Amino acid sequence: MLKTLYSHIGRYKRHVLACVALMACDVVAVTLMPTLMGRIVDEGVAGKDLAYIARTGALMAALSLAAIVFGVLNAKLSAEAAQGFAANLRRALFDRIQSFSFSNIDRFSAPSLVTRLTSDVGQLQNTLLMCLRMLLRAPLMLVSATVFAVSINARLSLVILAAMPLLVAGIALILRTAEKLFTDTQSRLDDLNGAVQENLVGIRTVKAYVREEFEKRKFGEANGALTNAGIRAGYVISMLFPMMLAVMNAAMIAVIWFGGGMVHAGGMGTGQLISFISYISEILFSVMIFSMVFILFARAEASGKRVVEVLRTEPDVADKPELALAAGSPGGAPRPRVREGRIEFRGASFRYGADSRSRDVLSGIDLDIEPGQFVAIVGGTGSGKTSLASLVPRFYDVSAGQVLVDGVDVRDYRIEELRAGIGIVLQKNLLFSGSIAGNLRWGSKDASDEEIAQAARVAQADEFVRSFPEGYETLLGQGGVNLSGGQKQRLCIARALLRRPAILILDDSTSAVDTATEARIRAEFTRSLKGTTVIMIAQRASSFIAADKIVVLDDGAVSAVGTHSELLARSDIYREICLSQQEGFGA
Amino acid sequence: MPDTRQSATKAGTQQARRGPGGPGMGPRSIERPRDFKVGFARILRYLRRSKLAVALILACLIVSAAAMLAGSYFIKPLINEYIVPGDFRGLATALARLAGIYLVGLGASFAQTRLTIRLGQRSANIIRGELFAKMQSLDLAFFDTHAHGELMSRYTNDVDNIQLMLEQSLAQLVSSALAFAGSVAMMIVLSPSLFLFTAAVLALMIYLSKSIGSKSRKHFKKQQELLGRLNGNIEEAIGGLKEVKAFNHEAQMRAEFYGINEGFREAAASASFYAGVIMPIMGNLNNVAYAGTAVLGGILAVAGRFDIGSLAAFLQYSRHIGMPINQISSQLNNILAAVAGAERVFEVMDRPPEPDSGDVTLLAARRDEAGALVPIEGGERAKAWAWNVPRPEGGAELVPLAGDVRFEGVTFSYDGKKTVLKELSVHARPGHTIAFVGSTGAGKTTIANLLNRFYDIGSGAILYDGIDVRRIKKDSLRRSLGMVLQDTHLFTGSVMENIRYGRPEARDEDCVAAAKAASADSFIERLPEGYGTLITGDGANLSQGQRQLLAIARAYVASPPVLILDEATSSIDTRTEHLIARGMDALFEGRTAFVIAHRLSTVRRAAAIAVLERGEIIEMGTHEELLARKGRYYELCAGTAELG
Repeated sequence: MLKTLYSHIGRYKRHVLACVALMACDVVAVTLMPTLMGRIVDEGVAGKDLAYIARTGALMAALSLAAIVFGVLNAKLSAEAAQGFAANLRRALFDRIQSFSFSNIDRFSAPSLVTRLTSDVGQLQNTLLMCLRMLLRAPLMLVSATVFAVSINARLSLVILAAMPLLVAGIALILRTAEKLFTDTQSRLDDLNGAVQENLVGIRTVKAYVREEFEKRKFGEANGALTNAGIRAGYVISMLFPMMLAVMNAAMIAVIWFGGGMVHAGGMGTGQLISFISYISEILFSVMIFSMVFILFARAEASGKRVVEVLRTEPDVADKPELALAAGSPGGAPRPRVREGRIEFRGASFRYGADSRSRDVLSGIDLDIEPGQFVAIVGGTGSGKTSLASLVPRFYDVSAGQVLVDGVDVRDYRIEELRAGIGIVLQKNLLFSGSIAGNLRWGSKDASDEEIAQAARVAQADEFVRSFPEGYETLLGQGGVNLSGGQKQRLCIARALLRRPAILILDDSTSAVDTATEARIRAEFTRSLKGTTVIMIAQRASSFIAADKIVVLDDGAVSAVGTHSELLARSDIYREICLSQQEGFGA
Repeated sequence: MPDTRQSATKAGTQQARRGPGGPGMGPRSIERPRDFKVGFARILRYLRRSKLAVALILACLIVSAAAMLAGSYFIKPLINEYIVPGDFRGLATALARLAGIYLVGLGASFAQTRLTIRLGQRSANIIRGELFAKMQSLDLAFFDTHAHGELMSRYTNDVDNIQLMLEQSLAQLVSSALAFAGSVAMMIVLSPSLFLFTAAVLALMIYLSKSIGSKSRKHFKKQQELLGRLNGNIEEAIGGLKEVKAFNHEAQMRAEFYGINEGFREAAASASFYAGVIMPIMGNLNNVAYAGTAVLGGILAVAGRFDIGSLAAFLQYSRHIGMPINQISSQLNNILAAVAGAERVFEVMDRPPEPDSGDVTLLAARRDEAGALVPIEGGERAKAWAWNVPRPEGGAELVPLAGDVRFEGVTFSYDGKKTVLKELSVHARPGHTIAFVGSTGAGKTTIANLLNRFYDIGSGAILYDGIDVRRIKKDSLRRSLGMVLQDTHLFTGSVMENIRYGRPEARDEDCVAAAKAASADSFIERLPEGYGTLITGDGANLSQGQRQLLAIARAYVASPPVLILDEATSSIDTRTEHLIARGMDALFEGRTAFVIAHRLSTVRRAAAIAVLERGEIIEMGTHEELLARKGRYYELCAGTAELG
């Protein structure tokens, strides 16, 4: 994991190295201070040598000023490195996610991908920054201060040897106990958030059944459990500081006791004793800082794993390698394009996820769709309508059999070229922030205003767009105009039409459009989409009775194919669908 | 010698304890509260019931600061009186005394931390509880106009910040101030002339800290703005990824993201730089002061005007005198953030609760021998329900709960601008079903919202058994109405508990009977644990249809005289619906029901069907009458008109 992450530091590796070097210089400068101070006392003051005092003092000031320069440079480089690392990581993640197939996206879920790209990266960036600024300094300081302490008095340094294991053991014990309690607190916090979330979502039910008091009691329990867990964890971790302080103070007393004897015996100067005290506090302090590395790393590890998981996921729908090479070049395959819009399903089966437990959503589909045909796919919820349509633009790949477009297996196209030939309106109508025209241009980058208006007219969107003061320049999304469901659907249709596709797939894309408008859209289709193959998934009988071919799906298999009148005569399921519509009027 | 640096470790460990999401090392977005004094004072009010704890904490803070200062001072007598003269017996007693001082300091600091943790946690508990209780009493408009995420962050970020302030910031502010003041005082006592030099460096440090701080804030603000853009871009690009792929739009999305990513990187690097320079500059300036002190003190000592012990003690104080300055400014920022968060919490707490001035209540009753209604007491099971209507002259009248609902000229608007219902009049007689059909936005759901007073009408009146609903206590009104909503909400708990949600005192048998009536029994029995199956995540493991069956069972067990079904079977396929129809019939038996936009199977048997358009009833009658009229209803049935 670390290796993968480290590779994304990229050109900032130099910054990292420089940061470490600067820290080393800084540490040496800082650790020199007590020694110099000790000399002022022992040689300058005792020897009444004012020049020596001034000289040493000037050296100390100079070292401090140098340390400021080191520190500022370190701040600069570490900021660059951490932010650069985060930016690289985000970019790599973004690229990887952009290459994901629909099933990759389904498996991670969009919100989880967003979290990985935002807070997890933030966590890693912060960890790197802390390392470069503080944490890596601790071991350097430990080494440097120990060297100085030993050089002052090796025998007295034995105190450090005694104190260190005590400190380390104490820290380890407390952190290990605390870790369990933190996990507990975290899960109590999740419970509390869950309780609030549930209450917010279900507030109508709560109020309708007058269960406010009950909910308050339930929340009170979660709240109390969180508080108790928080207090327990807090109590344990609050021992950390006094424990460290106790070890430090005990060490100090020992140093003064033994050191005092040495000073009196003349083995050591008073100044040296004072500087030794400084070193011992630096050393133990470094150990404490270093213990924070574990806390921080444990937290960063979870984020790191989540990020690396994305980076290591291979898109499961991708171009064949030979298609990446230029056509005609040695090993380069010919690159077919979608021209006519003929579609064939040959024993196509499909399941979400590759594991054996998942069930086939589609099994053994055989179906021929001629260029220019208007084909409707009907069937109950979960019968596989959307999955069937998704196989054509390779949103998903078949698990068995094949899907052919213009006689070529869809896997032999470059994905980009396959999809360029297909216009699709997905079930969820998504428009992006930006102008209406900008959104429609998703269909065709360099469509002229007239072409845009033309597509909008066919989709019956032109009229309402023009009713906005800003017309096609009206901004959508945050702070923009809110469109009704039907309006969004019509814009999505226009966007798909702008592709001038050979194949147009409409997945339940007029459900919120009233029947009269829908009829007009259909009329426009027959007029302007001659030669375009249209696959329509529809619920409303009025939408599909005119289709050239109606495919009835039932439980992932083709149950019947034919025209409206043929199917009325032949298919029970079809009759039931039409009948339930006639009887009711649900959408 | 303990030094003030330790408070930095302390902050670090406390931060670790708070888990992810605590303040990072840079400055956070520093929000300015609207009225600091008011908000701050109001937070402190939560400490009023813990006066003793607060007093103890203050005492502990003073003791531990004093112990720290005394510990540092102790080096002077140690050197001057024992080490230099070589008095080892004395040194031993002195060290024992020093150990005593350390122990007292440790004890005080330990006690203080525990007390503040308890205080902070308890106060956060009380605040969360008050906030939740308040939210339960607010009207639906509040929930409809506030994003859930935003409300959630009151409980998480905002209360967390308040807790951080009570648990840590306040105590550290006091302890930093004490350490600073105490160190200054001790330095003045040790050597006023040396302190003049220290003071000069301190002034420089405070000035630099301020000017770098303001620069840092400016850059940080810019970083936050760009972060908003970056996150927005990421959310859109990933949320719309399927669209992106369908339109081969990957390259454009990448280009856009790269630009924003790069812009953010630059802004974040400068913000992080300014945040990062404060520590080295301050720390090393402190070292300059330390060096200067050593030189000046050395010179004084050579001149015989200062002893070695005093110099050592003075150096102890001066070594980390700059630390409290950083501490105080960062704790002040925490407190500002806490008060800003508290303002948002208090804003919710200060909202007026749902208006509920009704004086009519629902009573369990029975008929006596003469057939008159009398209230029943104790455990007797209610045979009938009655409205207890107080008379203006005193006493009260019992009106039988029949389920007669009359809308009279009801006009309503959610926002005061767009009228949703216009002069709507409709009468539902006891035991009758009235169905409302019409396109989205015609006002169907609004009728339900008004009847149970999720919202209050603008003009006109809704009479329930002849009583204006605004006179009825909301609890009583809602208890008399059973609602099955379009989106079924299930709560964490067993299936049984979810059915019982309709009536807490219902026995298990009642719940099972209700499930049977709603045709939910068969699928429940097939669940792994039957009625004991745990439902989690709003029932994600159940199909939409199954959830709706449970909601119907829930209404059934509540057994209210009036039912409101808002698109209750919209997600059930035709086959399952057939099953439910039987359950529904049993549910409707003897009850007044308002049914909103259902498939024909439910609607066609209604005593009256009202077709709503733009807030007005344009047609009303039975199924046959309306079909014969060949109007809007006929068009809807034929599928030639729009339906949302």
